[in-house]
Amino acid sequence: MSHAEHAHQSIWQKYIFSTDHKVIGLQYLFTGMFMALLGGFFSYAFRMQMAFPGKDVPLWGLVTAGEYNALITNHGTIMIFWVAMPVLIAALGNFLIPLMIGCDDMVFPRINRLSFQIFFLSAVVLLASFFVPGGAFAGAWTAYPPLSSNPDYSLTPLGSVLWLIAVALEFVAFLLGGINFITTMMNARAPGMKMYDIPILVWMIVIASIVFMASVGPLVAGAVMLLFDQLFAVGFYNPAKGGDPILWQHLFWFFGHPEVYVVLLPAMGIVAEILPVFARKKLFGYKTILYTAIATGTLSMFVWAHHQFVAGIDPRMANVFTITTVLISIPIAEMVFVYIATLYKGSIEFSSAMLFALSFLVTFLLGGVTGIFLGASASDIYFHDTYFVLAHFHFTFVPIAILAVFAGIYYWYPKMFGRMMNETLGKIHFWGTIITFHLIFLPLFYTGAAGDHRRIYNYDNFPDLAKPYMNDLRIIATIALIFMLLFQIPFLYNFVVSWKKGAKAGKNPWNANTLEWTTESPPPHGNWKELPSVYRGPYEYSVPGRASDFWPQNEKA
Amino acid sequence: MSFPQPIATNRSATGIPTGKLAVWWVIGSEIVIFGGLLVSYIMLRLFHSGWDAEAAHTNTWFGAINTFVLLTSSLFVVLAHQAAEAGEEKKAFRLIWLTIGGGAIFLINKAIEWSGEISHGLVMTKSVFWSFYYTACGLHALHVIAGMVIMAIISFDVLKKQHMNRVELIGIYWHFVDIVWIFLFPMLYIAK
Repeated sequence: MSHAEHAHQSIWQKYIFSTDHKVIGLQYLFTGMFMALLGGFFSYAFRMQMAFPGKDVPLWGLVTAGEYNALITNHGTIMIFWVAMPVLIAALGNFLIPLMIGCDDMVFPRINRLSFQIFFLSAVVLLASFFVPGGAFAGAWTAYPPLSSNPDYSLTPLGSVLWLIAVALEFVAFLLGGINFITTMMNARAPGMKMYDIPILVWMIVIASIVFMASVGPLVAGAVMLLFDQLFAVGFYNPAKGGDPILWQHLFWFFGHPEVYVVLLPAMGIVAEILPVFARKKLFGYKTILYTAIATGTLSMFVWAHHQFVAGIDPRMANVFTITTVLISIPIAEMVFVYIATLYKGSIEFSSAMLFALSFLVTFLLGGVTGIFLGASASDIYFHDTYFVLAHFHFTFVPIAILAVFAGIYYWYPKMFGRMMNETLGKIHFWGTIITFHLIFLPLFYTGAAGDHRRIYNYDNFPDLAKPYMNDLRIIATIALIFMLLFQIPFLYNFVVSWKKGAKAGKNPWNANTLEWTTESPPPHGNWKELPSVYRGPYEYSVPGRASDFWPQNEKA
Repeated sequence: MSFPQPIATNRSATGIPTGKLAVWWVIGSEIVIFGGLLVSYIMLRLFHSGWDAEAAHTNTWFGAINTFVLLTSSLFVVLAHQAAEAGEEKKAFRLIWLTIGGGAIFLINKAIEWSGEISHGLVMTKSVFWSFYYTACGLHALHVIAGMVIMAIISFDVLKKQHMNRVELIGIYWHFVDIVWIFLFPMLYIAK
C-alpha cells in the first residue's frame, strides 16, 4: 500500500478531508455525539416545562409555547436523523465494515467523504433553522401537512423549509453511504470470507442500508412535493386544490416505520458481536439471526399504516396493518430469544460493554411488548398520541440509539483509539443511565394511559390532567431525566481522559475473533500491513479440544 | 489528479465489477424515488375526478417526439459501449457526444413545450395534475442533465483510453433515464 505517500498528509487532509473510512467513521461519531448532547439538552428544556410549567428553566429561560413545539420537533428530528442514523449506521458502518471484512478501505472512499460532507452540511442547515426569523420548525418530527406545508399555520416560513432541506440532504448522505456499504460488503471481502463468515453486525448494517434505500425513495419524492407546497403553494397535500394530506402520512410512514428497523438492526448487530465475546460462547443460530433480520426488514415495509389508525384510513385497511404489525413481533422476539440462548451455559463477564448489551435486550423487549397495544388498532384508538406511545417508542429507541451505542463504544473504543476505557466509570455510567432511564419512562406509560396527550404544552390548562399525583409523576420523570443527563458526565470524562491516559489496549484486548482485532489499535492507514485471509466463521469461541478459548477468523487451522 | 484506489475497490467477491454493482444500486434507489412519486400520482388520480380534463391539455406529439429522441440516444450509447469494448476510442467519443446531443434535443423540445403550456396558464399551481406533471418531468429532466454532464466528463477519459468500462456504466444509467420516461409518457400524455 501507499503508506509513504500518506505520511506526508497535512492535518487538514488527514482529519478534515480524509477519505480514510476510519476517520470518516469518527467524524460521524463525533458529529452524532455532539448532536446527541444538543438533543438531550432540548429534552431537558421541554421536560422542565412539563414538570414546572411557566417557570424559568435554568440555562434556557422561559419556554414559550412556540419554543416548546420547536424543541420537541427538533429533539425528535435530531435524535433519529442526526444521532441514531449517523452513529449506528454511518459511524460504526464506516469504521467497522472494512475492518471486519478484511480490506483496506471502502470501495468508494471519495463518495464516502462526500457522504459525510453532505451529512455535515445537513446538520449545519438544521442548526441554522434556529436562527432564522420565525424560528425553527415546530410541527413535530413527522411534519404532517398542513402544519408543515402552510406557513400561515406553522408560523415558521423559513424554519420549515430549512428543516425539510436538512432532512432531504441527510437522506442523500445516507443513500450515498448505504450504496458504499452494500457494495463494499458484496465485493471487497477478504479471500476466504464466505457468506456465513461475515460478522452479523456487517450483515445488519447492510440489510439496514437496503431497507433504508427501499423505503426512503417515496419520502424523497414526498419531500420534493412538500417543498413545492411550502414554496409555491402547490396543492399536493391540500384538499382544497385536489391534493390529500394523508398522502404525506403514507409517504412519511412508509419510510418512518422501516426506519425503526433500519436503526434497530445495527443495534442488534452490535449486541450480536458483544454477547459471544463476553459469554465466551459461539453465537447461537447465526443463520436464524441472519434470515430473521431479512424477514424483519421485509415485513417492516408493510406495517406503516399503524401510525394512521386515527387518521381516517379505511378500517378494513387498519385490520390488515394490525396483522402485519403484530406479526413483526415474531422475528424480533425470535432474535431476542436466540441472543439469550447464546448466554446459556456461557462464562459471562459483566464488562461495561456487556452490561449495556444485556440491558438492550431487556429494555427493548419491554418496548416491543408495549408496542403490541399500539399495533392493535382497537387499543391504539385509545392510546394514540398519548404519553403511552411516547414511552413505548422511547423504550425502543433509547435501547437502540443510546444503550446499544454505548455498548458499541465501550467495546470498540480500544480499537478506535488504542486505549482501554475505565471500567469503574463505565459501570457508574451504566447503572446511572439504566436506572434513570426507567424512572423517566415508566411513569410516562402511566400518565399516558391516564390520558396525558403528547402535544400539550401546559397541563395547568387541563384540570383533569393536572391532578397532584399526575404532576408528581411528571416531576419524577423530569428529575430522572436530569440525573440521566448528569450521568453522561462520567462517560464523557472517561471517553476524553482514556484517549490519552487509558491502559494500552494492544491488538486484541477482548480475545475476540473478528478481523478488526487482528490489526494494530488504532489500525494504520490501509488497516493491515498484509491484508488477512479468512478460514472460519466469526464466533468460534470455546471450541472443544482447543487450548485457547477463541479462534480468530484469520488463523490457519 | 489521480486518486490512489484502495485494494477494496478492485476486489470482486461477487464477480460483478464494483462500479457496475454500485450503478445498479443507484438505479434501485432511483426506482423507489420515481416509484413513490408515480404511485402517489396514480392513487390521487384514481380517487379524484376531473384529472382527465386537465390531462387533455398535454401535447401528445411533443411527448412522442421526445420518446423517439430519447430512445435513439439510448441506441447511440449502446453503440458507444460497443466501440469502447472494441477499443475504438474516437468512435466511442463521437457516439457519446451523439447521445449527449439526443439529451440536448430532448431538453430543448421540453423547454419549447413547457413555454407554450406556461404561457397558456397551465402552470404548476393550476391543479394537482399539473403539479405532478411539472414535478415528475422536472425530476426526470434533472436526471437527463446529470447523465449528460457525466457523459461529457467520461468522454474525455475515453479519448485518452482511460476508464473505458465507465461507458457501459453510464449506458446502464442512461437506459434507466429512458425507461423512466417510458413510464411518464403514457401516464402524463396518453392517458386522457
